[in-house]
Amino acid sequence: MPRDVASRAAKERCDKGFGVNNTGKAVFLDFSEAINRLGIDVIRQRYGNLFDMYEEITDVNPGELANEINGVKYYNPMMIYPAIHYTMGGIWVDYELQTSIKGLFAIGECNFSDHGANRLGASALMQGLADGYFVLPYTIQNYLSDQISVPRFSTESVEFDEAEKKVQANLDHLMGIQGKRSVDSIHKELGNVMWDYVGMARTKESLETALEKLKALRKEFETNLFIPGTQEGMNIELDKAFRLRDFITMGELIAYDALNRHESCGGHFREEHQTEEGEAKRDDENFFYVACWKYNGYKYKLQT
Amino acid sequence: MSLAGSTTDTSISFKLKVWRQANAHAEGRFETYEMRDIPTDTSFLEMMDILNEQLIEQGQEPVTFDHDCREGICGMCSLYVNGHPHGPATGATTCQLYMRRFKDGDTITVEPWRSAAFPVIKDLMVNRNAFDQIQQAGGYVSFQTGGAQDANAIPISKEAADEAMDSATCIGCGACVAACKNGSAMLFLSAKVSQFALLPQGRAEAKRRVKAMLAKMDELGFGNCTNTGACAAECPKNIKLSNIARLNREFICAKCAD
Ligand SMILES: Cc1cc2nc3c(=O)[nH]c(=O)nc-3n(C[C@H](O)[C@H](O)[C@H](O)COP(=O)(O)OP(=O)(O)OC[C@H]3O[C@@H](n4cnc5c(N)ncnc54)[C@H](O)[C@@H]3O)c2cc1C
Ligand code: SF4
Ligand code: FES
Repeated sequence: MPRDVASRAAKERCDKGFGVNNTGKAVFLDFSEAINRLGIDVIRQRYGNLFDMYEEITDVNPGELANEINGVKYYNPMMIYPAIHYTMGGIWVDYELQTSIKGLFAIGECNFSDHGANRLGASALMQGLADGYFVLPYTIQNYLSDQISVPRFSTESVEFDEAEKKVQANLDHLMGIQGKRSVDSIHKELGNVMWDYVGMARTKESLETALEKLKALRKEFETNLFIPGTQEGMNIELDKAFRLRDFITMGELIAYDALNRHESCGGHFREEHQTEEGEAKRDDENFFYVACWKYNGYKYKLQT
Repeated sequence: MSLAGSTTDTSISFKLKVWRQANAHAEGRFETYEMRDIPTDTSFLEMMDILNEQLIEQGQEPVTFDHDCREGICGMCSLYVNGHPHGPATGATTCQLYMRRFKDGDTITVEPWRSAAFPVIKDLMVNRNAFDQIQQAGGYVSFQTGGAQDANAIPISKEAADEAMDSATCIGCGACVAACKNGSAMLFLSAKVSQFALLPQGRAEAKRRVKAMLAKMDELGFGNCTNTGACAAECPKNIKLSNIARLNREFICAKCAD
């Protein structure tokens, strides 16, 4: 079964209140049939590491006999729940993997280049390796070859001063908000908005709700954030705040794009656009393109 | 045991004694915090998050500690809990430690890794850059190993592949150094040398690698190994002491060939 279908099904059951565990956020993965067919030794050889880790976390050993009913052996099932572990799409790059900022290259998961709307198992690591091993060594030279005649930049330049001022103003702003919310509490809220409204199954309504919630969340971040400590030295909250601000931007962008794409395609599943079997229904006539959004000060412009 | 998963609703209250230190040069001290009604299904790091959330709510600075994957694969979490690196569980990292390992009314002591080669950055966060430097001295294969076809044409026994894989599971956390009374990095180094020494692709540079990495380790102020074995006892990835024997063998062979 494809993992998007399995994941959607697991979340749907939990959302409807059929989840197991005291959180209700899990479904059972049952190894009984596989163990009865292949024996525990074979299964442990394949998944022993995973079983041990699982036992450490939950105090339940999934390979252990739990019950025997009418001669059929049942083993402790595992509680599982889907989780995000890849971002489809990413920073725009050209064929040389250079971004729209000259001299800045983006490789691996952060660029959009190798996958379409979905990616196959194991090909995320492949992307990092392929970009770094096969592409970059042959393209970055094109950029560097022109650089040899460019003199070294000095930090005494106007551009440097401007950049420094901007970063400093940003730091001062974040430290100066002195509101009531911790970075983590806003981050969690962002996660919940993305999970519930921009997740594995989306609708026009859910995406519009998400965009409203994200706007409010950005306001909360910019006006009610609290970062203790000082700017000097190690400050983990300040560090996280900078990332969170980017995450909110990225969340918004994903929601905009998902709202704009009136079809289902790969990992993007719009409930309005599905086949009778619940599979993604594409609309190549109108959406056979890579959407490229241009940052415009928290407004985004679509370029196709 | 029933078919249900672990659904314990128990929670515990305890005292948390945490090492606080503003920076590498500041004097450190223990602070004690009262933790109330923490569900035993909470992971140790989630418990630290709860503490930090409480501290921030009171306008105080949170406890700085390293963490990343929270699933035992990155080696970032580096807490010395109740006198053990990564706490009381064996074969597990701090992030894989759960509060059910502790009892109501306990006092739990949390310290940073303590080693001359790992200076404290802040609170429980230490600088483990020394490990990166050891790796950079030789922990890689620098020549082309050929395409997939060539790689598949080099036979490797299952034993060698398994053993190399076991060595490669070292996550570079530094618990071995923290556990060692000499502050030695031999278990880490032996894992990094073994993962290549056991494979034909690693042989070509084996002599250069072991000498360069050992020299770097000595230079960075790690102590000498006296075979106490505390490292292997505390290693979250169960890296075997026999790796150190292999490292010594590799080094002697390399020296003899000089
Ligand atoms: C739980 C999980 C399981 C996965 N399983 C698989 C799998 O089985 N197979 C598979 O193919 N893929 C898998 N993936 C996906 C795959 O691991 C990632 O896509 C891949 O590792 C990304 O590699 P990368 O080098 O592009 O980025 P990353 O590995 O994310 O590297 C980015 C680096 O940039 C650093 N960085 C970030 N910000 C800054 C900054 N401001 N300054 C300096 N450095 C910075 C980060 O610290 C990090 O080291 C999994 C992902 C997850 C989360
Ligand atoms: S040998 Fe073990 S304890 Fe030492 S760094 Fe590697 S994983 Fe950590
Ligand atoms: S946080 Fe990655 S191993 Fe613990």
